[in-house]
Amino acid sequence: VNGHLGSRIAQIIPTLLLVSVLVFCLQQLMPGDPAMVMAGEERGDPQVLAQIRNELWLDRPLPVQYVHWMGNLLHGNLGYSWRIREPVTQLIEEKLPVTLQLSFMAFVIAVLIGVPAGIVAAVQRNRFWDYVANAVGLAGLSTPTFWLGIMLILLVSVDLGWLPPSGYVGLFDDWRQSLATTIMPAFVLGNAIAAILMRHTRSAMLTALDQDYVRTARAKGLREWSVVIRHALRNALIPVVTLGALELGTLLSGAVLTEQVFSIPGFGKMIVDAVFNRDYPVVQGVVLVTAFLYVLLNLLADVLYVVINPRLRDG
Amino acid sequence: MRRLLLAVCCVLATVPLVPSPARSQTLRIALREDPDILDPTLARSYVGRIVFAGLCDKLFDIDEKLQIIPQLATGYEWTDSKTLLIHLRSDVSFQDNEKLDATAVKYSLERHLTLQGSFRRSEISTIDHVEVVDPLTVRLVLKTPSAPLVAQLTDRAGMILPPQAAEAEGKDFGLHPVCSGPFKFTERVAQDRIVLDRFAGYWDAGTIHFERVIYQPMPDTSVLLANLQSGSIDLAERILPTDVAAVQRDPKLRIVTSPALGYEGITFNLHNGDRSKAPIDQNALLRQAFEAAIDRQALVQVVFNGMYKPTAQAVSAASPYYIASIRPPPRDLARAKALIQQAGVPTPIAVTMNVPNTPDRTQEAEVIQSMVHEAGFDLKLNLIEFASSLQAATQGGFESYLIGWSGRVDPDGNLYTFLHTGGGQNDGHYSSATVDEMLDQARQATDPDARRGFYTTMWEALRQDLPIIYLQNPVNIVGLSAKLTGFRPVPDGLIRLQGLAAAKP
Repeated sequence: VNGHLGSRIAQIIPTLLLVSVLVFCLQQLMPGDPAMVMAGEERGDPQVLAQIRNELWLDRPLPVQYVHWMGNLLHGNLGYSWRIREPVTQLIEEKLPVTLQLSFMAFVIAVLIGVPAGIVAAVQRNRFWDYVANAVGLAGLSTPTFWLGIMLILLVSVDLGWLPPSGYVGLFDDWRQSLATTIMPAFVLGNAIAAILMRHTRSAMLTALDQDYVRTARAKGLREWSVVIRHALRNALIPVVTLGALELGTLLSGAVLTEQVFSIPGFGKMIVDAVFNRDYPVVQGVVLVTAFLYVLLNLLADVLYVVINPRLRDG
Repeated sequence: MRRLLLAVCCVLATVPLVPSPARSQTLRIALREDPDILDPTLARSYVGRIVFAGLCDKLFDIDEKLQIIPQLATGYEWTDSKTLLIHLRSDVSFQDNEKLDATAVKYSLERHLTLQGSFRRSEISTIDHVEVVDPLTVRLVLKTPSAPLVAQLTDRAGMILPPQAAEAEGKDFGLHPVCSGPFKFTERVAQDRIVLDRFAGYWDAGTIHFERVIYQPMPDTSVLLANLQSGSIDLAERILPTDVAAVQRDPKLRIVTSPALGYEGITFNLHNGDRSKAPIDQNALLRQAFEAAIDRQALVQVVFNGMYKPTAQAVSAASPYYIASIRPPPRDLARAKALIQQAGVPTPIAVTMNVPNTPDRTQEAEVIQSMVHEAGFDLKLNLIEFASSLQAATQGGFESYLIGWSGRVDPDGNLYTFLHTGGGQNDGHYSSATVDEMLDQARQATDPDARRGFYTTMWEALRQDLPIIYLQNPVNIVGLSAKLTGFRPVPDGLIRLQGLAAAKP
């Protein structure tokens, strides 16, 4: 295991380096001159454009820009936002907890709905609750986040007046308000993933329930819930955990849309605005941190396998 | 499963009991975008100006009728065509309690003129130097006579900064700006909120009725509307014309409109690179035919709910420089076809139009496409993201371009840079000796009647050449809580906080 984890950790640095080079090159392919966007209504003045390009290092060759950026990065400096002049590290410190809170809540909601629904569907195979779970799952998968978000805002906030329609309050500023502002977006975000988790839990559980050890457990006279939860579920969860880790990545990218709909000042909203404003340092910083998180989550999934399935401990 | 559902329901049921913060003292304003840096010298965005309206007073302001009125100044006089004397109020302090005087005015104007990256320089570049006459009087000595100068001082170029604070902060001033407006800067969380608190030492404190103002960017219009309807925000700028009915149906809300300063139109590429070789760019008769095929009234009705005003010129009907005789021609298909015949170009005539890919512009372009099709134009739409469309415009990567301009108080700001030879935003490289001369003359004439005369001659030439087909003047649409009183709809669309109050329940 140690060797396995060690090699996974060693892969992190080249992966991140590759991501940073890719991001740097790809944004050069983006149409639209950042200097012109920065210049706004002064874009016709060549002097203004030249001055902006000089200040932002845009008039240097790409490799020089990259080395300059990398050099700063090694000192923990991701540059500053071209649009509002705030340091990118500060923006990330501000936004990351927001998106993490949202993603975590969404994931909890997804697991709370998806896994039990999957178990029920598998145990009740081809019976009423299986059909219900499947129908709900299919609806969850095929409902666009954007539409669901707006509908919920209209119903819960505008008509019923229960929750604020958008915005965000920090968890440590006022946890109740914080929950009030994030529960709806977290549900929207978690909804689609709950459906995926449900489908996978169901099929993994069906496979597990057909295994000999389950039959043995039943033959021993164990109670049904003990058979299902202790024996079948434990084994069925392995593919579900992998999927969960991958879906956490989906959550981060899904947050782009959800944060836009609910005006939540998180990572997703920051990157969308940064791309439209050609605020390259922000785009680079956010993508790099997201890539890092993604790699980290996959590593975490590897560790979790071992925890859940002791057979892997020797491997 | 049942327990789980029960638990979720319980959580949801407790949430509405969460107390909302005290609202009566706080005004919440929704902005359509997140503003850029809050430094009057370096700022570029329109929404930024809305925040500045709470933060920074200006030498002059404009009223509902576009008249220039004093704010930090008490008045001005031209001692000759190149010398402007400005008299200042004696009772103004900055939010850091520094005194606002002639030295601060001189410092601020010089900062606008010299700070690296200043976006104000081109607005006031006619200023040669600034002299302090006495603590309450400054003299602006110009390089050339400039009619638009005073109007420029009604916007960011006229915002006065405290010299000590501005000098100490340099280019980071915008991270914690200090000005002389009714509200002082408290905090900003990018893309979430900008919070301002009442400045007790404001010179006109009697007109301020809120303790705190929070500006919240909400780019999605349905979300903005939902927030307005649920009462989470008190006021929203730039409501879409198509959302007006929904606001009007709600008894808790109301709509206030004012004619905006800008325009929307189609810019043609007359001489900027290879794309200008298209028949429509080379032949004014074809552009006249194109215009004759467009029904502006129907366009405005379909796309903008009938709220925008059809026009054939760059300044709004609210401006004293709107020339009443230049009317938008009605649709005339027979004339369009005759003009095409006269031009001798076989139909269908292929034209490509760059269109920023927002829903309203796309729809507008599609309506135009079907209208001009009947006259014999095969209009292809090139939907393109906004930043990319700007680059294409500057580099000549367009045949025609559906684009607007937010507008300036003085007509010069809507005309010169777009139509003068070599103008900064003259993307089609239009060049006409008559138009150039009239624009130059109008820029230097301080007599309004004489200026109107120059502009009339200019419009007569432009109506023949049609480098830009002006389509409509937008309208500022503000949606606000019916409890708010004292809102003043000024054509620049900014939200002035003086006089704005919440009615007692």
